[in-house]
Amino acid sequence: MQTIDQLISQAPIFAGLAPAHIALIAGCARNEHVDAGTLLLREGDPAERFFLIRRGQVALELHAPQRGALVIETLHAGDVVGWSWLFAPYRWQLDGRATHTSELVSFDGSCLRGKCEADHELGYQLMRQFAARLVETLQATRLQLLDVYGHARVPE
Amino acid sequence: MTASRVIERRDFDLLFAALIRRGYTIVGPTIRDRAIVYDEVRCTDDLPAGWTDEQDGGHYRLKRRDDEALFGYAVGPHSWKRYQLPAHVTLWRARVDERGGLTEVSEPSAEQTSYAFLGARSCELHAMGILDRVLGETSTSAPAPFVIAVQCAQAGGTCFCVSMGTGPVADRGFDLALTEVLVDGKHHFLAEVGSERGAEVLADVPGRDATTADDDIAAGIHARTASQMGRELDTTDIKGLLYRNYEHPRWDEVAERCLTCGNCTMVCPTCFCTTVEDVTDLEGEHVERHQSWDSCFTVDYSHLHGGAVRGSTRSRYRQWMTHKLATWWDQFGTSGCVGCGRCITWCPVGIDLTEEAQAIRDSERVSRADD
Amino acid sequence: MPASRNDAVEQARMMPEPFELVSKRRDTSDTWTLELASHSGRPLHFSPGQFTMLSVAGCGEVPISISGDPDNPDRLVHTVRAAGLATQAICAAERGVTMGVRGPFGRAWPLEEAQGRDMVFAAGGIGLPPLRPAIVAALSRRERYRRLVLLYGGRTPEQLLYADELAAWSERGVEVMVTVDSAGPEWPGQVGVVTRLVPRAGLCAERTVAMCCGPEVMMRFTVVALREAGVCANRLFASVERNMQCGIARCGHCQLGPTLVCRDGPVYRWTDLERWLAIREL
Repeated sequence: MQTIDQLISQAPIFAGLAPAHIALIAGCARNEHVDAGTLLLREGDPAERFFLIRRGQVALELHAPQRGALVIETLHAGDVVGWSWLFAPYRWQLDGRATHTSELVSFDGSCLRGKCEADHELGYQLMRQFAARLVETLQATRLQLLDVYGHARVPE
Repeated sequence: MTASRVIERRDFDLLFAALIRRGYTIVGPTIRDRAIVYDEVRCTDDLPAGWTDEQDGGHYRLKRRDDEALFGYAVGPHSWKRYQLPAHVTLWRARVDERGGLTEVSEPSAEQTSYAFLGARSCELHAMGILDRVLGETSTSAPAPFVIAVQCAQAGGTCFCVSMGTGPVADRGFDLALTEVLVDGKHHFLAEVGSERGAEVLADVPGRDATTADDDIAAGIHARTASQMGRELDTTDIKGLLYRNYEHPRWDEVAERCLTCGNCTMVCPTCFCTTVEDVTDLEGEHVERHQSWDSCFTVDYSHLHGGAVRGSTRSRYRQWMTHKLATWWDQFGTSGCVGCGRCITWCPVGIDLTEEAQAIRDSERVSRADD
Repeated sequence: MPASRNDAVEQARMMPEPFELVSKRRDTSDTWTLELASHSGRPLHFSPGQFTMLSVAGCGEVPISISGDPDNPDRLVHTVRAAGLATQAICAAERGVTMGVRGPFGRAWPLEEAQGRDMVFAAGGIGLPPLRPAIVAALSRRERYRRLVLLYGGRTPEQLLYADELAAWSERGVEVMVTVDSAGPEWPGQVGVVTRLVPRAGLCAERTVAMCCGPEVMMRFTVVALREAGVCANRLFASVERNMQCGIARCGHCQLGPTLVCRDGPVYRWTDLERWLAIREL
């Protein structure tokens, strides 16, 4: 049975953080088990808790009129769900729904933000890790936008 | 090899006769549409006696000579590739059945004409060899043409065979090679024999054995031609030079001038690209696949579902020139260029690949000097 | 498996062989899988990764990868996307129609080199059909390979190919990971670009041979992801497309730098390809 500290230190997004920082983060964290279909994030809501997926799958969705819920991306073991807790105005920009029964570690976003304000070294490390994840996601999203499997169009 | 002979101008028709008697269709230089082109010729009168060509970038004019030389010109817009790789070939014919299916596929009967090429220049012989290599020795079932080479007595305005190691003297690849001599009121031809059938044909033409004096005169002509080259191409590590410079700004510069008309590829004696088209009759009951010359300068050439890989002029000019001078080496073990200068002459805007290569080479020297 | 290569130029190779369309199956809104049989009764032996030049009378000829089982070549199988005039005619042809086939041409996937190693197949969209023969051949010789992993990305769930087979392959020992670029909520699988599958596959880089096929942009970034995961460039292979017309290295159209895709490809080792693919509009 692994401790929260151990679970957190194994996640790619927290890789390389000092044990003291891991302990600080763990202080804002707890284990959660959710059933398939559970809505974890709702677009527009305050970004209070964010999640690390240990097992399972979470879909990021956007709801559009007449089209229903569109899945933007699915996240899997080792991925973090949600970063709007770190950036003003601290509101979710997408829906996040567990598509499968999932084991998660959930984090209190405002608690962790407070600790980052108090310890800028912790803040810098977290910013660095989340920024790297943002860059990866941005690049992957750009590829998705290109719609490379669709019919090619003549370049202008 | 049999010793050389000298045949007189007045006996030149007997050379024609000897070839015709043996069933050859003679193709040689003749004037048409104000240019010296290759077409069927039947006698000496068909040849461009007393004419020469004035060539430069984007410039070709026929001018009268002050003598009656039969071969006193360089090369025209035609090359012998039109016989090695005909511009239009029907690859196969078939019937289309009532369901739209392919049936009764047949090959058209092979070309059986025996050609004699009269007036092939050294650069052209090299070009024929290069094309043979590209197309494979089995490229055609037609009988091998009888080749009468002519050693150039003067270089053309855009020639650079010396740079390419392809001339001006032909030393192989011919059945007979003629050097035309007009001096002291004399007009005759030194004829070198290059094959048994060449010797056999020559034996039907009256003449005398060549002397050392004849050889010396010919050598003098050859040397003079070599010194007159209209262009030069520094081929030192040219493959490496172009492989290093795919993103050189010079390509943008030449792209501003190039019209992508494709003239260069049409007149080049080694450009070999072809395309195919399926053609049906109006009832849709018969189909033929036609192969014809293509040019890498067309947008369609590099078409790939929805667009062209080489959409810009820049990329297409770069493709042609780097293929000709660089990648040809990796593909076929030789340069693709024989220094005939046709691409320079027939480019409507006078783009000169020797100048383009030199510009890239010079810029490398400059940047190295800066280091 | 024979490593077929184009050798001498033969006039016969320009003549299409008559093949009857024996059966046809619609895969997606614009993709069909066709099974052809030679009028001569002779099977068309091929190596995975090779292609034929396929035509319907009078409608032009196109290069199509062979997507059948190389151990069962009695039927020539092609998965074709109706994108232009020739492919539309091919996809519209009815059973019983005689088509023209020339080939096979090109270099094959390096199945021998992958023996004793993990083999990763990274496919995007219409890039799965050219990999199918390699997957099927590997499954027939399962003991020669260690892990077999398929990373497959498609546009939407409706546009995924060979859905039934993916499940069967999964049961027979291929780790199948599928993702789509976009989906509705009824899709239980992954959503996101195929490159995201690479880190999730947990590859052991030193013993991985990877084979990629799909749109060039997708391949480029999938290769980046695979290299980031530690796979060596000389154990990475990609299938490239250019305007192949003759298939026998004579017409010049498929040139990619000094290489000819019909003869030196379509399967290339990444170390031989990288330099040329990096030059825009080459």
